[in-house]
Amino acid sequence: MTNIQEVQREIVNEFTLFDDWMERYNYLIELSKDLPVIDAKYKKNDYLIRGCQSKVWLNAEYKDHKIILTADSDAIITKGIIALLIRVLSNRTPQEIINADLKFIDEIGLKQNLSPTRANGLLSMIKQIKLYAIAYDAKEKKN
Amino acid sequence: MSFDIDKIRNDFPVLGEKVYNKQLIYFDNGATTQKPSPVIEIINKYHSKLNSSIHRGVHFLSDQATNDYEDARKKVAEFINAEKSSEIIFTSGSTGSINMLAFSFGEKFVSEGDEIIITEMEHHANIVPWQMLCERKKAKLKIIPFNDEGILQTESLSTLITEKTKLVSVIHISNTLGTINPIKNIIEIAHRQSIPVMIDAAQSIQHLSVDVQELDCDFLVFSGHKAYGPTGIGILYGKEKWLENLPPYQGGGDMVDIVTFENTTYNEVPFKFEAGTTNYIGAIGMAEALRYIESIGLENIGKYETELMHYATKKLKETGIVTIYGNAPEKASILSFLIDGVHMADAGMMFDKLGIAVRVGTHCAQTVMQHFNIDGTVRASMSMYNTKEEIDYLCQTIHQVKAMLS
Repeated sequence: MTNIQEVQREIVNEFTLFDDWMERYNYLIELSKDLPVIDAKYKKNDYLIRGCQSKVWLNAEYKDHKIILTADSDAIITKGIIALLIRVLSNRTPQEIINADLKFIDEIGLKQNLSPTRANGLLSMIKQIKLYAIAYDAKEKKN
Repeated sequence: MSFDIDKIRNDFPVLGEKVYNKQLIYFDNGATTQKPSPVIEIINKYHSKLNSSIHRGVHFLSDQATNDYEDARKKVAEFINAEKSSEIIFTSGSTGSINMLAFSFGEKFVSEGDEIIITEMEHHANIVPWQMLCERKKAKLKIIPFNDEGILQTESLSTLITEKTKLVSVIHISNTLGTINPIKNIIEIAHRQSIPVMIDAAQSIQHLSVDVQELDCDFLVFSGHKAYGPTGIGILYGKEKWLENLPPYQGGGDMVDIVTFENTTYNEVPFKFEAGTTNYIGAIGMAEALRYIESIGLENIGKYETELMHYATKKLKETGIVTIYGNAPEKASILSFLIDGVHMADAGMMFDKLGIAVRVGTHCAQTVMQHFNIDGTVRASMSMYNTKEEIDYLCQTIHQVKAMLS
């Protein structure tokens, strides 16, 4: 399986094909449809990352030393960006996630969506994923 | 006087900018307005030729700055027809003004069991400072509701007022619904029971004529940056009889008379409310912005913006895929809407990339969203430099956004 760096490079390459923003958004809209569906039981407040503009639900499970992420959002483009994040970060070891430098977001021009003031839940989502990784990593070391 | 839209647009340099290679369409005037050249120039001139701390120096520049600052106070007083310029306190903005009033008025006049009345359509700036006061003093906040059209249910005010009511604080124009509230009527009702009224004029001062003596309001606040002036400057107007009786909000330089370690006596109004080095360049910039508004004429501005609002409402309705929140007959050029079946965040992101600046979210008015049981809206707030062509483009993109997202 390709590592985090390689997947990020892949995504950046895909985005260089697009001439304008509407094409990029169209692609994100397409990606949103393929997002691994979060189980309905996780789509409640305990799993909710609240933003002013959109909501994100996130669940993490730990299987075979890897973290499996599922998520959803009420906004479609946010969902598309989540799909990219999951493609990069899901099915990875806690250490890989902790060390991940998510450069691709900036490189494909979506950095503004992660500004603290944008309040769409994405920045908090990344923080939450990192926290899960730290927690699972600590648990692993304890065992 | 004719309304020369091309000339006005030329006065605002930022309107010529492009974003993502698209011509900027600025529909976020409710958040802040753009600045005309005279305002930019005077701020620049001040920093490059005249800067000096006011009320302190015994030198040429300080005298000049002090005079200009006090002239700015006179300009503001004249603009809202205050009886005296000493009734104008410079603050950091509407939020700063309301916090100042909530503290000073609250310290002096509010105690346990007392009541403050606001409306259901307030900006958070006219909710939270009063909530904090109520918590401090164990007082109670009461709410004048609005109906689904966005019309304030003013008739409920008489029943909300009791002998415990200390102040009524009302937003003049809703920053979310655009409703122009009948503040004169509200002031009359409150005054019948001798209750003072504060008006939040942050969204009205730039759109229509506000005359504090004619309204007979006791306090009024607004921000410079929403009225074509710089950020970080605003106004608390208070009738002299009130200001004389309120304790100062912050302590520091300039607000004092005699300071000893045992005791301090305070400077006179308005200086006792202006501790520390004030934002004098902001004040001078704001006065210039008010002069700019006068040069166009508030009546002309109001007429043009009302026309834009009616045009935009009609055009948005004609799309057939838009729900407008706030349909009061008395309404300013603020349009809150949702595209049917499209999330506001998605719409906002697309508008942005198509060159249109709108605001998306709760607009610092979560209680308004709670009324309609929605998470937020897209808000297009229009100003004197917006055009019907821009509205046409907005409506065109609404169809594009809808097609892409559903």
